[in-house]
Amino acid sequence: MGLYPDEKKQALERMLDFVGASSFEELFREIPHQVRLREDLNLPGPLKEWELLARLGSMASRNLPSPQVVHLLGAGCYNHHVFSATKSLIRRGEFFTAYTPYQPELSQGTLQAMFEFQTYVCRLAGMEVANASMYDGATALAEAILMAQRLKPGRNRVVISGAVHPEYRAVVRTITEPLGLEFIEIEPDSSWETHWEKVEASVTSNTSCLVIQNPNFFGTIEDLEGLQRAGETIHKVEGLFIQVVVETTSLGLLKPPGELGADIFVGEGQPLGLPMSFGGPHLGLLATKEAFLRQMPGRLVGQSHDSKGKRGFVLTLSTREQHIRRERATSNICTNQALCALAMTVQLALLGPLGLKEIAVRSREAARAAMEALAKLQGMIIPQRRIYNEFVVQTPVPPARLNGELLKRGIIGGLDLESFNPAWKGNWLLCCTEKNSPEDIRKLVLALGEVLR
Amino acid sequence: MTNQEPPEFFEAEQGLIFREPLVFELEERKEGRIPFRNEAVSGAELDIPEEFLRQDLPIPQLTEQQVVRHYTRLSQWNFSVDTGFYPLGSCTMKYNPRVNEEAASLEGFASLHPYAPEEAVQGALALMYELESMLAEITGMHRVTLHPAAGAQAELTGMLMVRAYHRELGTPRKKVLIPDSAHGTNPASCALCGFQVVQVPSDERGLLSPREISARLDQDVAALMLTNPNTLGLFEEHILEITEMVHRAGGLVYCDGANLNALSGVARVGDMGVDLVHMNLHKTFSTPHGGGGPGAGPLGVKAHLEPFLPVPRVSKIGDNFKLQVDFPKSIGRIKAFYGHFGILVRAYTYLLSQGPKGLKEATCKAVLNANYLRVALRDLYHVPYDRLCKHECVFSDRNQARFGVQALDIAKRLMDYGFHPPTIYFPLIVKGALMIEPTESETPETLAKFVEAMRSIAREAKDEPEKVRSAPHLTKLGRLDEVAAARRPVLKAPRTKPPSSHGEPS
Repeated sequence: MGLYPDEKKQALERMLDFVGASSFEELFREIPHQVRLREDLNLPGPLKEWELLARLGSMASRNLPSPQVVHLLGAGCYNHHVFSATKSLIRRGEFFTAYTPYQPELSQGTLQAMFEFQTYVCRLAGMEVANASMYDGATALAEAILMAQRLKPGRNRVVISGAVHPEYRAVVRTITEPLGLEFIEIEPDSSWETHWEKVEASVTSNTSCLVIQNPNFFGTIEDLEGLQRAGETIHKVEGLFIQVVVETTSLGLLKPPGELGADIFVGEGQPLGLPMSFGGPHLGLLATKEAFLRQMPGRLVGQSHDSKGKRGFVLTLSTREQHIRRERATSNICTNQALCALAMTVQLALLGPLGLKEIAVRSREAARAAMEALAKLQGMIIPQRRIYNEFVVQTPVPPARLNGELLKRGIIGGLDLESFNPAWKGNWLLCCTEKNSPEDIRKLVLALGEVLR
Repeated sequence: MTNQEPPEFFEAEQGLIFREPLVFELEERKEGRIPFRNEAVSGAELDIPEEFLRQDLPIPQLTEQQVVRHYTRLSQWNFSVDTGFYPLGSCTMKYNPRVNEEAASLEGFASLHPYAPEEAVQGALALMYELESMLAEITGMHRVTLHPAAGAQAELTGMLMVRAYHRELGTPRKKVLIPDSAHGTNPASCALCGFQVVQVPSDERGLLSPREISARLDQDVAALMLTNPNTLGLFEEHILEITEMVHRAGGLVYCDGANLNALSGVARVGDMGVDLVHMNLHKTFSTPHGGGGPGAGPLGVKAHLEPFLPVPRVSKIGDNFKLQVDFPKSIGRIKAFYGHFGILVRAYTYLLSQGPKGLKEATCKAVLNANYLRVALRDLYHVPYDRLCKHECVFSDRNQARFGVQALDIAKRLMDYGFHPPTIYFPLIVKGALMIEPTESETPETLAKFVEAMRSIAREAKDEPEKVRSAPHLTKLGRLDEVAAARRPVLKAPRTKPPSSHGEPS
């Protein structure tokens, strides 16, 4: 045991003696000898702390993070500001090195924070009850659809707008594949909005749920009348209306799903206090009506009291969950995203309604300014009528080429939509947040001007 | 061992324990809004019609200081690994190194967009590629996917792959064998894939027996899902015979890797005939538990399952890394983007800090510590399978139950002594189970103190059982009423604010 000083070594030897083993090898005597490793694993290290940081630092510097460029990517992961106070609070060891709060008397910090999180989700989304998080928006959508199936047994059709994030739709298909559901995906119309007539026409009495995203994947704020009629259509067949919000900062400004007829709300909390972190960990939000509570998956924190009547919080309604119901559970989820949920809770507490509205308005203003500036450029066509903070540009030159040229000029351009769907070739999805200044837009226009010449 | 110290000697302190209301009950301070550019935003310039806009957003407006104080106080009510000994069996509550946190917050990782151009993310892809091969090496598997968000999601991914594998062969099989000692996520994950769960009883030594497996093996068994070491903390001694048997019947073997802290560096499940294994980075590989996540559950598979792995996959072509999706037999995407990258950075950092020898030493210490507790407590606490265990040991409350003291009571009384309780009532096959996993992080001194506390509680169970049954006494709140919480669930704060701003409403 080369890493231990001598006195430690003696303590270890005493312990070995205490348990009746003459060596560490003997502690593994029941493992068949033919699978006992004879040599050390072929792994790098050990590195000392300064070597570690040098190595990781060098790897990190081979990436181009948002602060180092003009950043115009969104598409499900957003470059919003995370407050220093948010970061410092979630770094408190009492929060991040604690376990799931199964022993409530020792976990009131986590439990009260999660109760506050559940409340924030309900208030933001206008829903009645929320769980304590899912992995991300995509898996939360899959869970919402499974939930709808449980509530509507015997039905097997799901109508889903093609304006829902393509990766979300792909994840839903993978996770629900064993159920053999029939998915009717409706292509968006020519202005990147949900095609409401086709959606309504696809809903039958065999439809368990209808799924839309608002603002949608392309940044469009969906038409109110369309939403209302779609809600009426699905409710007429007693199916469920699932509304997804990925850019959840929009909830600081726009009418929430609970006021737009949603039965189940699915959200992605990353824009509300989590770094982009190359795609994870992010934060799935799920909320619904009281009537559907027993079929909602995931952890729930409830209010209670101790023997002296003092208020406290506990995990509750666990009979829905895997550790109690096993194969009859509503979901297999165990570990969820507690620390991420805490980050969103803290960030919302710091923002308040005024701060969140400001983020939303500034994000939208920046996008509108970019949209107007690009619409003036030769050959750029922008058909959308009403956007939040993202928009699609039909470009005269392939988006991939534009992005290549922009990267040389310190700009990470929008998403080339062809990468998701060949039918979307020649279309470019750009996003702005409160961090995009008028100067950023000037740089973009200047760079595009050079490239398009 | 040592003489009996009174409970007051132990680490439980009362001290400055603050009361703190809900954030929604704090006095609002509108002037405290965090300014962005010192300009007011009226919204009048918005060209969005009124009917699209929300009329109110009922969340509180607070100052930064109010928020910091509020959540700081909340944090102080938590027990954590940073606070003290946290011997939760099956959770591996080892120390979470701070350098991991620093690495994960490097700007080049934290502020990186997943769709940034390939040439702008080579460092991230390189880390993922290297981590995949390190984890494959540790488990003896052929390829690893880093996508799954947690162990349960890895199980779902693995079982979807098992399903795809058998369908590809033209023989869709419907059953999965699962030991009665399995973690609840195992059968839950199988059910999500449409498999029928067939439970296999453990033998009198707490192990999977070839006879019981054989009795249930047929051409309709898609897989056996096992945990090794199992949830009793015992190494599955018949594993070689069992995996061979399952393979001969055309089935696959999935290993739940929650207990890899007992094997890393000493043996590899891939060498034992396992076809798929998941790893819990938030257990074995030191990434933090976060109060219930985020974790990460990489899944390792043998070559014959590689085609079914989820997409996208990281490939190395020359000196460059690429994300590729063109794998026609893949089960598809299991979550958006590529997995919990921020957690992967932490695990990668940990592995580099340990090296192969450090990993093995950690495993040896974890196993030694668990056996130490077993031997030190076996005279007072019933050990159903009292022989060499691995990294955790399962006791039962049988000796205390005769005085009316249950595992739950023992757990609550441990809080008064300054320790987090072990896992209780799991695995299900031991009545009144107490599963204790010390991990390698704890010193002999801490373990000795824990032993003393447990011995004192055993005495109290005999001489003053009521004290144990009504515990905890020294925590901020007494035992909470979980039945009442479920009977009339209150799952969010009400909309009306109480008159007083700092007291807790009665």
